[in-house]
Amino acid sequence: MWGRSAFRGGITPATHKAQTRTQRIRQFPFAPLLEVPLLQHAGRPALPVVREGAEVERGSVLGRADGERSVPVHAPAAGRVQRIALMPSVTGAMVPGIYLEPFPGATQEVTSGAACDLASASSEDIINAVQAAGIVGLGGAAFPTHAKLRMPPDRRVRLLIINGAECEPWLTTDYRVMLEQPADVVLGVRYLLKATGAEAVVLAVEEDGREAGEAVLAAAPEGLSLQASFLPTRYPQGAEKLLIRALLGVEVPAGGLPIDVGALCINVATAAEIGRLLPFGRGIQERVVTITGPGVLDSGNYRIPIGTPLRFALEHVGTAVDLTRVFLGGPMMGQPLASLDVPITKGISGFVAFTSAEYSGAARVQPCIHCGRCVQACPMTLNPCQLGLLARHGEVEAMRRQFHLDACFECGCCAYVCPSHIPLVQEFRAAKAQLRRLATHEVTEEKP
Amino acid sequence: MTLRAPLTIAPAPHVHAGTSVAWIMLHVVIALIPACVFAVYLFGLAALLTLLVATLSCLAAERLLEGGAGSTLADGSALVTGLIYGLTLPPALPLWMVAMGGFVAMAIGKTLFGGLGSNAFNPALVGRVFLQAAFPAAMTGAWLAPLAAERFVTLPEATLAGPFLAPDSGGYDALTGPTPLGDWKFAGGETSTFDLALGFTSGSLGETSALLLLLGGLYLVWVKAANWRIPAAILLTVAICASLLHGIDPQRYPSASFMLLSGGLMLGAWFMATDPVASPLSATGCWIYGLVIGLLVVLIRLWSGQPEGVMYAILLGNAISPHIDRWTQPRPYGAAGGGP
Repeated sequence: MWGRSAFRGGITPATHKAQTRTQRIRQFPFAPLLEVPLLQHAGRPALPVVREGAEVERGSVLGRADGERSVPVHAPAAGRVQRIALMPSVTGAMVPGIYLEPFPGATQEVTSGAACDLASASSEDIINAVQAAGIVGLGGAAFPTHAKLRMPPDRRVRLLIINGAECEPWLTTDYRVMLEQPADVVLGVRYLLKATGAEAVVLAVEEDGREAGEAVLAAAPEGLSLQASFLPTRYPQGAEKLLIRALLGVEVPAGGLPIDVGALCINVATAAEIGRLLPFGRGIQERVVTITGPGVLDSGNYRIPIGTPLRFALEHVGTAVDLTRVFLGGPMMGQPLASLDVPITKGISGFVAFTSAEYSGAARVQPCIHCGRCVQACPMTLNPCQLGLLARHGEVEAMRRQFHLDACFECGCCAYVCPSHIPLVQEFRAAKAQLRRLATHEVTEEKP
Repeated sequence: MTLRAPLTIAPAPHVHAGTSVAWIMLHVVIALIPACVFAVYLFGLAALLTLLVATLSCLAAERLLEGGAGSTLADGSALVTGLIYGLTLPPALPLWMVAMGGFVAMAIGKTLFGGLGSNAFNPALVGRVFLQAAFPAAMTGAWLAPLAAERFVTLPEATLAGPFLAPDSGGYDALTGPTPLGDWKFAGGETSTFDLALGFTSGSLGETSALLLLLGGLYLVWVKAANWRIPAAILLTVAICASLLHGIDPQRYPSASFMLLSGGLMLGAWFMATDPVASPLSATGCWIYGLVIGLLVVLIRLWSGQPEGVMYAILLGNAISPHIDRWTQPRPYGAAGGGP
C-alpha cells in the first residue's frame, strides 16, 4: 500500500553491518562513576531535584523537566550523588550534570512511577507519560518525543512512520531492537497511535533489514493494521524528509515540519522504549548502543547505562592500540570526538572507532573539476558544486537565497563522492554558522 | 588497557567513495591506449613521435607554468590533455608545430583560466584550434596513407622540418590521399562503413578507428569516469539528423553510419565533450549540451566550407555550458514548484 520508490540521489557505501547484526544485545556493567548530564536532549536542561551526597534508587528522578521543551533525567543506577557540576559533553560544550557513584552491592531494582495503562489512558495521559519517562528521539536528534506528539489543533496525522531505516553504515541498534524486542515496538506503536490518533501506521525498514521488520510484524496483534515498507538499502534512506516522500509521495515544504503534510516520524528504538517503559511508569536508565569499527575488539550491541563514560565503554570492549578516530553515530554524519572523557547519553545510537589503517591523514584537496557527482548524489536535489564555489568566495547570502542552503541536512553524500576531496559539508556548516551570526547581528543592530 | 593516544578529529563524513581526480584521469588514459596503439600501427613512426611530442609538450608546459611547490603533474590532467591533443593531429604534422600547439593548449587553454577545474574550453581543442588558425595548410594536408610499407623505418619529410621551414601546401598534397570526410565533401567519394569502423583510412591519429574509440568510451562510462549522457546525446542527435537527411536526399547527404564513424566524432563525443570542467553539471544539462553539439556537428559538416566540424561544435558547446547550467538548476526538495 505504501510506496517504496527510492529517492533521487544518495549513495551506497559499504555497510559493515555483518559483524554486529548477528550478535544479541549484551548488558553492560556499571562504571565506577557515572556522569549523567541534565541536558541530553534538544531543549532546556532538566533541573536537579537531588542534593550532593543524596542516595538514590535506580530509576528515580534526578532532574525534573524544565517546562515543555525539556524532559526529566532518571538515575541509571542505585548510588550516591557525588557532585552536581558542569561536565564535558560530546559536542565539546560544558553542560550541567550529576556525578553518580553506583553502589557496588545494590540489587539495582528499578523504582517505578505511575503506570500508564494503554486501555484507560487518554491521548494527553500518554503524552505526559512519554515526557515523564524522559523519552527523546533515540535515533540521534534527541528531540523530546512528547513535544512531537503534542501537535497543533489544526493538524492531523495521516501517517505515523516508525523509522527503522537504519541507513548509516556500521550501526545495527535498530535492527537488533526490532529483532529482540518486537513486542516492545508493537506496544509502543499502540501507545503512539492512541496518543496521535494517526489514521495509519507503517514501519519503514531498508531491504537489508527485512527480517527485523518481519519480526515486528509477526508480533503485532490481530486488529492492529501495522504494515511494513521495505525500502531500497541506500543512504540516507532513513532521513525523515526522504522517508516521507518515499511513503506519501509528497515533499515537506522548505522550512516546514513533517506534520504539515500529515506525517509523523518516530524512530523505532524510541517506539520500543515507549512500549518498554510506559506500562511500568519507568524512566530511561539505559539504551542500546552499537560499539564497532576496526578499532574495537569485541564489536556488538550493548545495553549501556546512561552516563557511562566512553573511555570505560571502550576499555570494556577492548580496543586496538592505534586508535586514531572515534565518532559518535555512523561514519557519514557522526560527530568526531576529541576526548573519550564524555558520557553516553540518550541520543547516542552507536560509536565507531577507526585505527590508523583506516585513516592516514586527510586527502589532498584538489580544485573542483565540475564533474557533477555531488549534484547526482544530493538527496535534497541541491547544487553542492555551486554551493561549494560560493562558500569558498564567502558568498553566504547567495548560498541561502539562490541555492537553498537551508535545505541541506548535512548527510555528507556530496563530500563522500567528491573526487577532489573538497570538505563540502564542513564548508556548508561554516556558512550556516556565519548566516546565524549575521542574523543575530542584524537583530541586535535593529534595537535602539 | 588504558587509552592514551590522542584522537584525530576531522569533519564528517568519515568515509569516502575512494575516487580522486588522478583516478579519473588514469581511467581516461587507459581508455585512450587502444586508440593510441592503433594510430602508431597505422601510421608508424610519425604517429609515435607526434603523440610523444604532444604529450611531453603539454607536461612540460604544465610543469613550467604551474610548477614549484605542489606540482600539479600528479593529478594526471596534463597527461590526458596531451594524449587527446596528440590524437587530434594529422600524423605528418611538423613536430615543432605539435610542440607549439601543446604549449598553447596548456598556457592559453588552461593556465590562463586558472588551471585545473577553471578552463572554460577543452584545452586540447584550444591547442588544435590554434594550429588550425595558424597553419591551415599543414592541418588540412599533413595526412599519411594508412599502413604504408615503410612507415616504421622512414619519416615523412615534414615531420622533422625546422621551425617555420615547413613545406608549402604543395608538399603536403604529395604525401597522401584525402581523409574520408574530405573525400566526401570535395570529391563526392564514400568510404566503406567497414573501413571506417575499423579505421583503415587516412585522417588524424584519433580519427581513424571508430571501434577502438567506442570501446574506450564504453570503458569510461562503465567505470563511471565519464558522463554517459553526453556521448549518448551527441551520437543520437547526429544519427537521427543524418538518417532524416539521408532519407530525404541520399545523393546529397551521407548515411548515418558514415556520419557516425568518420572524422573526429567518436574521439570528440567520448573523450573531449565529456571534459567535466567544460560541460554542464546536471543530467538535463548534459542532454541539452550533447544535443547542441550534435546539431552543430551536422550543420558544420554538411553546410559549411569545412569537411569536419567536431572541434568547433565542442568548443561552442563549452562556451554555452555555463549558461546551460544556469537554465537547468535543480529544483531543491521542498522548494515551491510542485511535487517530486
